[in-house]
Amino acid sequence: MEKEIILETIDLSAAYGDNWVVKSVNLAVPYNKVIAIMGPSGCGKSTFIRCLNRMHELLPGTKIKGQVLLEGENIFDLPPTTVRRRIGMVFQRPNPFPTMSIYDNVLAGYILRGEKLSRAERDEIVETSLKKAFLWDEVKDSLHKRGTFLSGGQQQRLCIARALAMRPDILLLDEPTSALDPKAQAMIEELITQLKETVSIVLVTHNRAQAARVSDYTAFMYLGEIVEIGPTPQMFTAPKDPRTEEYLTGKFG
Amino acid sequence: MDGDKAFRIGLNLTAFLFILFVGITFLSLIIASGPSIKAFGWKFVISTEWDPTAGKFGALPFLTGTLLTSFLALLMSTPLAFSLALFLGIYSRKGLRFAYILDYAVDLLAGIPSVIYGLWALFFLVPVVRWMEIKMNITPFGVGIFTASLVLAIMIIPYISSISKEMVAMVPQDLLEAGMALGATDWEVVKNIIVPYCLSGFYAGILLGLGRALGETMAVTMVIGNFNGMPKDLFSPGNTMASVIANEFAEAVGDLHLSSLIQIGLWLFLVNVIVNLVGQVIVRKVSIRR
Amino acid sequence: MSTRARRIKDRIFKATILSLSLLTLLPLLLILITIISKGYSAISLDFFTKLPTPPGDPGGGILNSIVGSLLLIAIAVVISVPTGVGLGLYLSETRGPWASLVEILINTLQGIPSIVVGILAYLWIVKPLGGFSALSGGVALAIIMLPTVARATQETLIRLPTSLKEAGLSLGASYTRTIWKVILPSAMPGILSGVLLGVARIAGETAPLLFTAFGNPYLNLNPLKPVDAVPLLVFNYAMSPYSDWHQKAWGASLVLMVFILGINITIRKGPWKRR
Repeated sequence: MEKEIILETIDLSAAYGDNWVVKSVNLAVPYNKVIAIMGPSGCGKSTFIRCLNRMHELLPGTKIKGQVLLEGENIFDLPPTTVRRRIGMVFQRPNPFPTMSIYDNVLAGYILRGEKLSRAERDEIVETSLKKAFLWDEVKDSLHKRGTFLSGGQQQRLCIARALAMRPDILLLDEPTSALDPKAQAMIEELITQLKETVSIVLVTHNRAQAARVSDYTAFMYLGEIVEIGPTPQMFTAPKDPRTEEYLTGKFG
Repeated sequence: MDGDKAFRIGLNLTAFLFILFVGITFLSLIIASGPSIKAFGWKFVISTEWDPTAGKFGALPFLTGTLLTSFLALLMSTPLAFSLALFLGIYSRKGLRFAYILDYAVDLLAGIPSVIYGLWALFFLVPVVRWMEIKMNITPFGVGIFTASLVLAIMIIPYISSISKEMVAMVPQDLLEAGMALGATDWEVVKNIIVPYCLSGFYAGILLGLGRALGETMAVTMVIGNFNGMPKDLFSPGNTMASVIANEFAEAVGDLHLSSLIQIGLWLFLVNVIVNLVGQVIVRKVSIRR
Repeated sequence: MSTRARRIKDRIFKATILSLSLLTLLPLLLILITIISKGYSAISLDFFTKLPTPPGDPGGGILNSIVGSLLLIAIAVVISVPTGVGLGLYLSETRGPWASLVEILINTLQGIPSIVVGILAYLWIVKPLGGFSALSGGVALAIIMLPTVARATQETLIRLPTSLKEAGLSLGASYTRTIWKVILPSAMPGILSGVLLGVARIAGETAPLLFTAFGNPYLNLNPLKPVDAVPLLVFNYAMSPYSDWHQKAWGASLVLMVFILGINITIRKGPWKRR
């Protein structure tokens, strides 16, 4: 079992001020799998994954208790920049850097960190990352145009390419399709199922069908706690907890 | 991480130095006014005699000049500025093209340098006022308190109207529609809904205009007549606190003269800070209410 | 009250605010017309390339004032832009009593009469250096410009989506590099328009220059010597008894107006439109 787990939280709690929105969560993320965290809005799922790459603590007045182990090492003992380099994140709304070209957006992590790359390395990273994100064919002729002229779905895939370019071990997706149209959404879902060959994925979503379509494991989070977790087919066909069943049948959220 | 700390420290240092800077501003004015404060004490603000060659310095004529011109200017410009604010606030909401043009023009008015207002007033307003004075059978100086107030009134309109206009534009649409739905006319909506809603914004606008009028220098200096005695009436020449500094500072005779001019500057500074702070408090209260 | 009476009242009200609003346009139109008509005839190539002549002598220009104004503006920009951007950044990145204090002080500074700022520059620079100088005038103008730059920076930064900063940090970039490489470049248009707005404001300032930059009938590029400025020339020439100098004052006003209105129109219409 040990070998199969890349990231593990131990009694992880998180708060804004004195309002604890994540309560003692224990969750293990296996290598090369997609784990979906679903739950009604306000259940703490976004806050939870923002703890995993130490983004939560950036907001003023926030607190964190517990541990997050990345391949056995507590991330709170590592420099945050190292943690974030190894754990990439894609946000709800596409947020390409408006002042950078598509090319530079893919390389943004290296540019921002001041890591020097040769021309050949840069070209190689841009091409493979964009290919992995299913965006290469659409933008290969306009790499030096601004990323903000792309459609919403393309922008989001650009953001995924930007995260992949850093060759992260884990990719956190915080409701990556909630701001997109259905067609763009389908494309991103297809992409997610392909990506797990190279990276482990944690997907936060309030879209039950999406969790069912793309994930290997699903966790149901409610009021800051993980109510139930299991292989996705089992969660959707035979949930053990009555609250999970109520959520899946649309009683709340 | 060390880079981040250094950066954060740099930012805090900038802020700290800025706070220090404002403190020093105040202190250096007080210190430089010292000789004059010591020599005259409270008499400085109640004495009407300002005679640099005799070493006698009383600032009451300038205080009077500043207060007279500022309040006269407010009196003249407030009705105009509020009409403008209502007109722009109501009709640009309705998408009237002319309202946008007017809005733009008023912004341009705010951008014209004070010295150009002064130049224009000197060659345009002064002859007009002189002609008026001849008709009214009073000494036709042309320049004086009234002319200065007139040009000030024009200059502060954009300051009063801009914040008031924003307030009018912020009145919720459904509130207006509720009024209209009851069959109220535009006037009734303005009187009963818009004006009560925007009242504090109107006060803030007046304060902003007052602050600007109190400290305004060039235009006033050019048309007020630069007379160092108490003004006898609204048409007589005079001086304001700002204009006497502008006129005499570079050619001050002796340290006491300079120090007295700086003391006038100190009072100007204090009055402006107070007017400004009150205005800020009002604006803050309004923005919290929303 | 009868409907008729109410209607009449409404009509009177509308007519009043319309006519009073139009009345405010009158001075603007008068000023523009006077400046253009009187200033136009004063302007020639010589006006921009020659030094002033004594009253009565024909020809001559205002080169000394134009160069002086540019020098003063350059000094003011060099001082106020880094400080203003720093303060704006501080305000957008900080919460708490200190940040509120800084914000209040910036607003207060904006309200201080410019002539008082001139006194400060006199006390701090003219007196210790023992003479009037471009430097002292530039410092006075920098103090006047600082709040505009700081507030424009702060407002632009606050309006940037937080997701932009998060995106930078989530890639493993440090806070400092995220600010430098992502936040400040994205805020550039807003900051630039703030700087231009500040320049438009100080370009016409006269009062703080009266006893700092002081004026100079000759060309000067030494920041430690007095310089002339276009608005200063307008004042001195307007108050002189010579009609050919009055003429030049109108010409200089036209130059100044075109410069300032040009900036204002660029900011509003151009790509730097503030939202």
